[in-house]
Amino acid sequence: MHHYFIGNLGHFFVIASLVTALVASYSYWRATSSNPINPSEWLINGRTAFAFHSVAVVGIVFSLFLIIYGHYFEYHYAYAHSSLHLPGQYMISCFWEGQEGSFLLWMFWQAAIGIILIITQKQWEAPAMTIFSLVQAFLASMILGVVIPGMELKIGSSPFILLRDAMPDPIFKMQPDFIPKDGNGLNPLLQNYWMVIHPPTLFLGFALTLVPFSFCVAGLWQRKYTEWIQPALPWTLVGGAILGLGILMGGYWAYETLSFGGYWNWDPVENAVYIPWLVQIASLHSMITWKSSRMALRLTMSLVIAVFILILYSTFLTRSGILGDASVHSFTDLGLSGQLLIYLLFFTFVSIWLMTLRWKEIPVNAKEVDTYSKEFWIFLGAAILCLMGFQVLVPTSIPVYNKIVQLFGMRSNLAPPADQLSFYSRFQLWFAVILCFVSGTAQFYWWGKLEGGEWKKKLMGPLLLTLVLFALVLVIARITNPVYMALLLASIYLIISNGRILITVTGRNPNLSGGGIAHIGVGLMLVGILFSSGYSRIVSLNNTGLLYNREMGDEFNRDNLLLFVNEPRTMADYDIEFLGERYEIRNGSGYVKKSDVESTQDPFKVTAKRDIQYDGRLLYHAKDTFEIFPENTYYEIQLRKGEQVAATLHPRIQLNPSMGGFLASPDIRRGLASDIYTSVSAPMNRESEPEWSPLEEQNVKIGKEFFVNDYVAVLESVERVYSIQGFKLSPDDAAVVAHIRIRAEHEDYFADPVFLIRNKSEVGRLPYEIGELGARLTLLNIHPDTDEFTIGINTRQKDWVIIKAFEKPYINILWLGTGILMVGFVIATRRRYKEY
Amino acid sequence: MKKTHIIAIVAIAAAIAIIISTAGDASTYVTFEQAFQMASQGNKKDIHVVGELKKDAAGHIVGIEKSADNLSFSFILVDDNRREQTVYYQEPIPPDFAKSEKVVVIGSYHGDKFIADKILLKCPSKYQEQKLNARV
Repeated sequence: MHHYFIGNLGHFFVIASLVTALVASYSYWRATSSNPINPSEWLINGRTAFAFHSVAVVGIVFSLFLIIYGHYFEYHYAYAHSSLHLPGQYMISCFWEGQEGSFLLWMFWQAAIGIILIITQKQWEAPAMTIFSLVQAFLASMILGVVIPGMELKIGSSPFILLRDAMPDPIFKMQPDFIPKDGNGLNPLLQNYWMVIHPPTLFLGFALTLVPFSFCVAGLWQRKYTEWIQPALPWTLVGGAILGLGILMGGYWAYETLSFGGYWNWDPVENAVYIPWLVQIASLHSMITWKSSRMALRLTMSLVIAVFILILYSTFLTRSGILGDASVHSFTDLGLSGQLLIYLLFFTFVSIWLMTLRWKEIPVNAKEVDTYSKEFWIFLGAAILCLMGFQVLVPTSIPVYNKIVQLFGMRSNLAPPADQLSFYSRFQLWFAVILCFVSGTAQFYWWGKLEGGEWKKKLMGPLLLTLVLFALVLVIARITNPVYMALLLASIYLIISNGRILITVTGRNPNLSGGGIAHIGVGLMLVGILFSSGYSRIVSLNNTGLLYNREMGDEFNRDNLLLFVNEPRTMADYDIEFLGERYEIRNGSGYVKKSDVESTQDPFKVTAKRDIQYDGRLLYHAKDTFEIFPENTYYEIQLRKGEQVAATLHPRIQLNPSMGGFLASPDIRRGLASDIYTSVSAPMNRESEPEWSPLEEQNVKIGKEFFVNDYVAVLESVERVYSIQGFKLSPDDAAVVAHIRIRAEHEDYFADPVFLIRNKSEVGRLPYEIGELGARLTLLNIHPDTDEFTIGINTRQKDWVIIKAFEKPYINILWLGTGILMVGFVIATRRRYKEY
Repeated sequence: MKKTHIIAIVAIAAAIAIIISTAGDASTYVTFEQAFQMASQGNKKDIHVVGELKKDAAGHIVGIEKSADNLSFSFILVDDNRREQTVYYQEPIPPDFAKSEKVVVIGSYHGDKFIADKILLKCPSKYQEQKLNARV
């Protein structure tokens, strides 16, 4: 049965949200007119419209959630992004796997912020909310999904579209009411708790950039050139914190889930949010400087506007499909590129036009900037931040240049730099070095005017301490690369100088400590990045001396480690051993050996062959049936130092034969000084039959020992059974199972081959394979006369896996620095909010 | 001259330097023929080639060869000028590979072998998917 109502309701809410946003924008615009006819009534109209708009947005979210939660697979969104077996906590991630849902998320945050503005900003409400509501209308149009009749013009892509309208599958011709039983499911890489909170954080950051933009444009429009900064400043601080946090969460997710071996890849999608964040930080500093010395208002306004335009530009880049050839993970084109371009160009032109119109009127401070003044150092820092952003912007926009050149009928074949990692790092590293020195020094000028040679006295102590600490770290960490030395020196200087300031300022008033703390956080982050990326070391060096593959280059053979089950190798002061393949249990935590369970009719359920223990706990009794995640295989890898088990890691592979490949996710052993990061680079090929040795026959009696692939085995018992793997046998059949115990390095393995006589004459044999031991046992024959049993043994290579492992030293300093940066932001926001 | 003007001029100079340097470091989209010419002229720079996987008359992808241990593979890429080239890639087959409608290879010729350092896939949008999942 189709649930038409909920989709229609959702679609109605979408249309309502667009209409109410337009009404709100118009009413607020009327309320600001200089020659007012009932301005207060228009204001109430605006407020009411925005309130209805917010209700509509919540209604859209609610309808879409019901569709996903109720598994209404007649809707394309539920079918494409969810499935029956998706764990509850990830249902929320389905929202942002699709583009429509992420637009919705963005709208949702802006609606919430809009309400806060209406309540708190009486003075700015009308002009700021005019712009605010207009932005909401643009976003609502992205998910409108309405085709204008006669013009074949589709506006927006609705999340409430039915599957049969989205996919022209022939089945809908025969059965228009067909509903698939299960959905396609959520991309496994998104099934991670960071993916539950990273997109909302990032989009909250996006939404927060609209606040200073609206205030700034409202200030230009209403000719209140200076008054807008005060209320906009705390919002800019919150925005900078949230956007920065969102970006870093994305990095952390990549580190945990993607197996490229790091947290930042300079992919265009990452760059697209990094650029506005840098400019946002520059605008923040410029705003604070204006507050204290009334300088550079034009610069401040330009920067605040640039941040929002860059957010729109980044939206255009990642969602229009223009990055198609350049990025690994941008959204595919939904046919919205035209609409996105209008969105971007509209606000770009409106703000540039307004800025030009008012340029002459914006107050200018004619005061000369002195080298020994705080303004000089702050502007220098802001300029560097903008240049950093510009350096990333220029190459990231290469696909855009090509498109523009194409529009003029020419061809451009420019491509992004081939090795993005080294290309961007080379520039960004030196910018960071300069930035550290500028910002460290700026702090001294900020908290006390230093005349003439006074700076020498003030800076001497911190400089000396920096040099001492630098020398210490240099010796201990044995840093020899001069580029890294420069970055290390600069970040230590940033930390020390801000530490020095922090002591003075906190003594005066702890509320002023935000800036100092935030800068220390940045310094620590840079140190963390320097060590974890610069000294990221491949520890899985191939020490077997064997080439896995002669066709391949040196690199792959050098960086990867081949591990056979139960055969320890040494890796970076550890003994490393692969203990076999595991399933993860669905209810509770723990892993079970693949060889300890039997599959059932339902791929999501297995039956325990014997009592299953994990980590000293009894998980299941023999014959229990329980749920697993069948698509994921975990490779249990143990790291030991001597006899001590240092860590048990479970990197994951999701085999996806229909997609012709697999998805790998790493597992990380976290340590104070360094992380060990392990991911599977190649699993054993299960599709082709392995090469077995010729059959070897042994006649054994019960209780007698024999050898299987060099392991001692014993035939413990033989019994008659009446069902095999869940199938009941008919009374005419006879089946016998042999229970064989094999003693391996760590534990015993069990083999249960079956000998079967069907219809009194047909003999069948069900061999039993133990991949961990590379053995297959068959009960070949029974000799009642001698009480002997013939066991057939084939052997092969034991199960193996190829892993890549990195050591990431001091990566925790990066996460620690992030935390401290956030603390700094919180303190600064509190202070600026109180001032206001 | 004002100090702010000096900052501005230095910043503009740096910006111009960035543009020039990016132009120098940028790679290019070329065809296999151009890439081969570049390599034979001693230009070792990595380039981008866009193409499609080779398909037989029935539309099945042909020419993907995995190494015995799954660690590397090669495939036949047909560039925009319909020139076919076997591309070697020293990593396992990426997911979605066989489904991709376009493949971008970043790499260069080593002799007459094209070795890719990186592969980018352009996968069809879900909206263009014509078939429902088999699991119905």
